[in-house]
Amino acid sequence: MNTKFIETTVGVFVVLGFAAFFMLAMNVSNLITYESSEGYQVHARFDNIGGLKVRSPVAVGGVRIGKVAAIAYDNEAYEAVVTLEIEPKYNKFPTDTSAGILTAGLLGEQYVGLEPGAEEEYLKSGDEITVTQSAIVLEEIIGQFLYSQADEK
Amino acid sequence: MSFSRGSRKIFDDISLDIPRGKVTAIMGPSGTGKTTLLKLIGGQLKPEQGTIKMDSNNVHQLSRKDLYQLRKRMGMLFQSGALLTDINVFDNIAYPLREHTNLDESMIRSLVLMKLNAVGLRGARDLMPSELSGGMSRRVALARAIALDPVMVMYDEPFTGQDPISMGVLVNLIHRMNQHLHLSSIVVSHDVPETMSISDHIYLISGGKIVAEGSPDELKNSEDPWVQQFIAGKADGPVPFHFTAKPLMQDLLS
Amino acid sequence: MMNKIQLIGHKLIATVARLGQAAIFFYQILLTMPGVLIRPKLIIKQLYSTGVQTLVIILVAGTFVGMVLALQAYYVLVDFGAEDSISQMVVLSLMRELGPVITGLLFAGRAGSALTAEIGLMKSTEQLSGMEMMAIDPMQRVMAPRILAGFLAMPILTAIFIAVGVLGGYLVAVHGVGIYEGVYWSLAQTKVDFYTDLMNGMIKSIVFGLVIVWIAVFEGHDSVPTSEGLGQATTRTVVHGSLAVLGLDFLLTALMFGDI
Repeated sequence: MNTKFIETTVGVFVVLGFAAFFMLAMNVSNLITYESSEGYQVHARFDNIGGLKVRSPVAVGGVRIGKVAAIAYDNEAYEAVVTLEIEPKYNKFPTDTSAGILTAGLLGEQYVGLEPGAEEEYLKSGDEITVTQSAIVLEEIIGQFLYSQADEK
Repeated sequence: MSFSRGSRKIFDDISLDIPRGKVTAIMGPSGTGKTTLLKLIGGQLKPEQGTIKMDSNNVHQLSRKDLYQLRKRMGMLFQSGALLTDINVFDNIAYPLREHTNLDESMIRSLVLMKLNAVGLRGARDLMPSELSGGMSRRVALARAIALDPVMVMYDEPFTGQDPISMGVLVNLIHRMNQHLHLSSIVVSHDVPETMSISDHIYLISGGKIVAEGSPDELKNSEDPWVQQFIAGKADGPVPFHFTAKPLMQDLLS
Repeated sequence: MMNKIQLIGHKLIATVARLGQAAIFFYQILLTMPGVLIRPKLIIKQLYSTGVQTLVIILVAGTFVGMVLALQAYYVLVDFGAEDSISQMVVLSLMRELGPVITGLLFAGRAGSALTAEIGLMKSTEQLSGMEMMAIDPMQRVMAPRILAGFLAMPILTAIFIAVGVLGGYLVAVHGVGIYEGVYWSLAQTKVDFYTDLMNGMIKSIVFGLVIVWIAVFEGHDSVPTSEGLGQATTRTVVHGSLAVLGLDFLLTALMFGDI
């Protein structure tokens, strides 16, 4: 077993390792979603954000256009303030666009869904989305349902 | 100097002088710590008390770098040869040359071949250590020990377990090396006839102390019964044949 | 009774002393690093022994683990109608836990034991002493390259294990059980986070690699130079190395995934 053989196999080994890593990074992880450049930020206030997390997707019509950049709580107004970062190429959202917290699938993760409005002016960096719909909390729905059932009787 | 391992005193306040240019033998029964003495001289072990000086350098007060420099002037032949098993004979001898000198490969090649020639193994240069016999690996190890042209060579039990021919070859080599290369040699052994045939000065060590010293002739004519028993290889004498036990009749009848 | 307590105390002190020795040993090796980095040939040779020769078992193990994982995941998820999530389960399990841990255990068993045996043998045939007497530092030439190689080999092996496992899972999910190919890969992409999942898994493997080779090299260096001593040292490497992997895995998991 001479040096040439050893050096070749070690080279192959290292290359295999890097190839495996890149395959995983590109095809199996969400690395691509990190590539997006700095988008513009808008705020939205909710009563309840449910299971929304930082880096949760922001989507329109099911298409991902940005992510949740930050989540904070306003102690004075008792509301949750969510900062959305939208990719720069999607800059034509009317100022009366509404934002709701929806669930992907039945038990999936939560995301912010935007419904474009009808105004002529567009949202710019730092603007606030005023029309919001909080997350649906399962317990409240069940409570409502039971309550309404009891009412009927 | 004195040296202990744990609570056992291996060397109890002994003093040795190794004269330059001569073959000095250190002999004694198995287990007296002769290999330990070589390790002390080489700086691998530290004496508790006392000093070891080589060429006016106190071995154990040297910095790590200086100790390594000093070691380049010592060659050591280990009992098992201690060749690096993953490289062949040529590379084993070239190893210290490539590490410690800036000579180019052609010079190294000449030097290695010359050293191999001195021990008679120039034709074995491409063999791996696992393919060598015991005697051959010791000769290769000897060639490696003199690769950097040291001033002193230490031999740890070079004759142990060798067949008569290999033994003769090694004895001859040690003697000639010492003469032609103007080395100071320290031979640690308990093979009496071989060692005595080439030594100029002998130290007999037992129980951590120097029991006797002198030239081979002086020791042969010594009156000390212990020395006599050791030199002549008698089965019984000051060192008894029987391990301490009750008298035989008592043991059998109880 | 007192004797038993004395024994425990004695063992405890001995263990702590040994840990201290191991730490000093590691520190001495670190000191030699500059000298090792300019001798890449040594590192490459060690990468071959520890990395390349462990490759086959990693490939086989990875494929099978990925396949079994997919199968078991399917059997459970199908009851919830959630069998499409199979890729998520396979990939996350592999990346976060099974990849680093199983690779670590296999590495400790194969490469770790071989390292200990090799160094222990070098010690008993006085090769290490011989190098010292030739004014060559065995820490720099023998120990350090092996530590570096383990440090580099483990993440490579882990990446390969995970990749092969994901592919094995793909085989079972798409061609075995009938999940749509697009679903498998797209769910894997969206649900797996590069930093939290993949990079953390890689960090784990680097930590494991370092600890395993450290134990292996130390045990070899410290071994009793008899055949029995060598056997004991090798066993210790495999056992302690494996336990260390599992213990560190818990620690790292708690640190890394604690707040998800």
